[in-house]
Amino acid sequence: MEELVNLYQTVQATEVLSWVSVGSVSDFPENAGACIKHKSRQIAVYHFTRTNKWYACQNLCPHKMEMVLSRGLSGDAAGIPKLACPIHKKTFSLEDGSNLNGEEYSIATYPVKIENGIVYIGFAD
Amino acid sequence: MERIILVGNGMVGYKFCEKLISHPNRDQFDILVFGEENRPAYDRVHLSEYFTLESPDELLMAPRDWYADNGITLRTSEMILSVDTENKKVVTHKNESFEYDHLVIATGSSPFIPTIKGSEKEGIFIYRTIEDLEAIQTYSDKLKAKGRYQSAVLGGGLLGLEAANASKELGMTTHVIEFAGKLMPRQLDQAASDLLQSKIQSIGLKVHLGKNSKEIIGDGETEAIEFTDGTTLAVDMIIISAGIRPRDELARNSGIAVGERGGIVVNNRMETSVPGIYAIGEVALYNQNIYGLVAPGYEMAAVALDQIAGGTKLMSPSIDMSTQLKLVGTEVASFGDPFVESEDAIAIRYENKQRGVYKRINISKDGSRLLGGILVGDSSDYNTLFQLYINGMKLPENAEDLILGQRGAGSKSLLGSVLDLPDTAQICSCEAVSKGAICDAIKSGCCQDLKGVIKHTKASTSCGGCKPMVVDIVKETLKSLGKEVKETICEHFEYSRQELFDLVKLNNTTGYDEALDTFGKGHGCEICKPVMASIFASIFMETANKQVAIQDSNDRFLANIQRNGTYSVVPRVAGGEITPEKLVVLGQVAKKFDLYTKITGGQRIDLFGAQLHELPMIWKELIDAGFESGHAYGKSLRTVKSCVGSTWCRFGLHDSVSFAIRIEERYKGLRSPHKLKGGVSGCIRECAEARGKDFGVIAVEGGWNLYVCGNGGANPKHAILLASQLDDDTCIKYLDRFLIYYIRTAGPLVRTAPWLEKLEGGIEYLKKVVVEDCLGMAAEFEAEMDGLVERYACEWKEAIEDPETLKRFKPFVNTEETDEELVFVPLREQKMPRPW
Repeated sequence: MEELVNLYQTVQATEVLSWVSVGSVSDFPENAGACIKHKSRQIAVYHFTRTNKWYACQNLCPHKMEMVLSRGLSGDAAGIPKLACPIHKKTFSLEDGSNLNGEEYSIATYPVKIENGIVYIGFAD
Repeated sequence: MERIILVGNGMVGYKFCEKLISHPNRDQFDILVFGEENRPAYDRVHLSEYFTLESPDELLMAPRDWYADNGITLRTSEMILSVDTENKKVVTHKNESFEYDHLVIATGSSPFIPTIKGSEKEGIFIYRTIEDLEAIQTYSDKLKAKGRYQSAVLGGGLLGLEAANASKELGMTTHVIEFAGKLMPRQLDQAASDLLQSKIQSIGLKVHLGKNSKEIIGDGETEAIEFTDGTTLAVDMIIISAGIRPRDELARNSGIAVGERGGIVVNNRMETSVPGIYAIGEVALYNQNIYGLVAPGYEMAAVALDQIAGGTKLMSPSIDMSTQLKLVGTEVASFGDPFVESEDAIAIRYENKQRGVYKRINISKDGSRLLGGILVGDSSDYNTLFQLYINGMKLPENAEDLILGQRGAGSKSLLGSVLDLPDTAQICSCEAVSKGAICDAIKSGCCQDLKGVIKHTKASTSCGGCKPMVVDIVKETLKSLGKEVKETICEHFEYSRQELFDLVKLNNTTGYDEALDTFGKGHGCEICKPVMASIFASIFMETANKQVAIQDSNDRFLANIQRNGTYSVVPRVAGGEITPEKLVVLGQVAKKFDLYTKITGGQRIDLFGAQLHELPMIWKELIDAGFESGHAYGKSLRTVKSCVGSTWCRFGLHDSVSFAIRIEERYKGLRSPHKLKGGVSGCIRECAEARGKDFGVIAVEGGWNLYVCGNGGANPKHAILLASQLDDDTCIKYLDRFLIYYIRTAGPLVRTAPWLEKLEGGIEYLKKVVVEDCLGMAAEFEAEMDGLVERYACEWKEAIEDPETLKRFKPFVNTEETDEELVFVPLREQKMPRPW
């Protein structure tokens, strides 16, 4: 289990070693989540059309260790983009992965960039 | 440190303790409480609810720990036999003595037992304590086992009717026997009594008025009562409730003055004839009267405490005996002088036998003041009338409006604003909370909302009758401070669900983004998105496939997410009726996709453990076999459960299965503020448990009885009768109106039972809306439902037919792989997720 958690570490845009192409913009739903798989990692991707911003985070909910976050609802809390886990509605910031319910666990986030209509996720390995 | 000894741990004794612990001089006193019963003080007012409670502890005023936690020494099962007034000592029945500085006697009262020949026989009970109730229950169980069901209550007063209700709850055929020519003779006039009598008779109680019991007949056991008019009534047990007698033995044994007909004499400081000794509650004789109500008892407790602590508080010179309560399911209220008909007073009466309502007010001849009145069947005006009476406020020009309501458009509360009440107006008489105290709690910044005010002032925490008025005062006070409280659903929409519903409808808003642009802000969130999805669905009957992104996670994937992120699949099995062929298909599908199968509580079959990408494949097979979505994942109609009904059952009156199927087919796919469940039973044995549902239909002679607003779950509620003996079409018509009214007005995730609880006017008002069409909107409601029914579509059929919507069931955007990390473990020849 620990192994699974350690697999997901937040990557800052400046730390990216490889940008991985994960599909075209139109493959992803608007204002909702979808999941991609890269090697052994499952990453949830969110497209906020109102600000035309993209966010990516681990698909693993750290609360009960289930691969579900991409299936949760997204939105904002006082301007902070967030997602809510579909299992127990735990909410996390999509900006920094912090827990918005004041609990201990948080999630890893990943940078996203769009080039020529293609979506890229940044990894540090 | 001075010691207070309190003898008696009933409701009033408890109140004394409660007031003591919050008193500023609490530290100066040490308190020792004696109670002769084995449990701490409990709520005698709601004693008849005892049988419906899970534990008698629910009746406790406070748990035993509360006393210790607050430094109160409580000794239960100990009786004080005498007081040594000279040496300031009390002596218990175990002959132990305890010294006091201040003694408070709150021993209450006991039932008065009239002298009737044969009253020593077996099967004769009183109704006062939990032990009495338990004895009644044990005896009635014994009788029922022998096929004997007749029970009589001697006394048709307030307590007698409560006792009768308890006896009825025990399944006994209950007779109420009253010496006077009317029920509740101290509170009601003849017309009010007549109405109450017909109401309680309609639920099965038998009433015998003007009957004087002469002798109880039987060979050792009670078998019958003989009356002085020579008639007899065969009964197997008798509960005596013929009034109360103060428990003043302690005073009599100790040289403390008592009244001629009992009761410890007290002055307006609650002092007895012996300095340092006080009496409060039903044992105290104040103004030559014993007061058998909670409110004056509580006031006495407050006065005695204040006097002991060196204060100057005095008992009100005259005690108000107004009461408002629910007796055997009927609202009854009586205030001021209910009977006056002197030269200076005029009575105005309103009676509607069809609705079962009687109202009477007595006003001064010049029409300026309210002197008293009676309400039976609908006491919703009580709070207003009581305030007008107790504060001596000037009446409106047409006094009849007080009970008839202002007719015509633009009618408003007869009080004007609740803020027009004087600050001294007592709003909560149980807890003695004035209007000023409520307003000050808010104005001082001490409380921000209703919850805070109730916690701070304790208003409405005892009988709860004043709650609507407390709510109004809090609301109006907040408003006057410019702090209007709004029930907004979240930070993105500053509106209640009902307001959003209207906004979407009026603006003909067709999408979530448009709504956010027009009357919302930000990106939305997991709260407002599903609420808006539900509103769009309820107005336009759009399925969850139309605006996928705003659906709650389960609606988005049209299945119920389970522990490990897999889904369960529940096809509709209307009314729980299924052919063998279809049953085989369910088995085959489950086998093919290796799904765990279980029968649900709603008479369907749940298939668990489906992965996201398998859902469309599973549904393709189910739809080919003629199944439809069961909407088990949605806040929508789930099932209409049925018993097998008259087609097979030898007791069945009507065909409950056919009717359940008709209802389920009509409302399938209907989205609502919360899930909706229904039930149809073919007879009153109620095997479909229809009264545990949001709507329940039960077959009776001559049609169906329709019950609404029940649920199981954490707070089980029985559905309440909305209308009786309906034919099929009328029943459907009422259901249409009820459901649309609920869908339009309920808050998000509020089920029908709590919705009804919050609905002003409660079930009576709901009846007016649904049955009597008081809003004049019945036709619109029905047309709206017809439209929704017409636009129904199976959303799973839609989903598998549209390649675009199918994309959402692909686990990963960038690969065709599926999630291989899922782990299942075996369980009784099936599988289950690995435990968390």
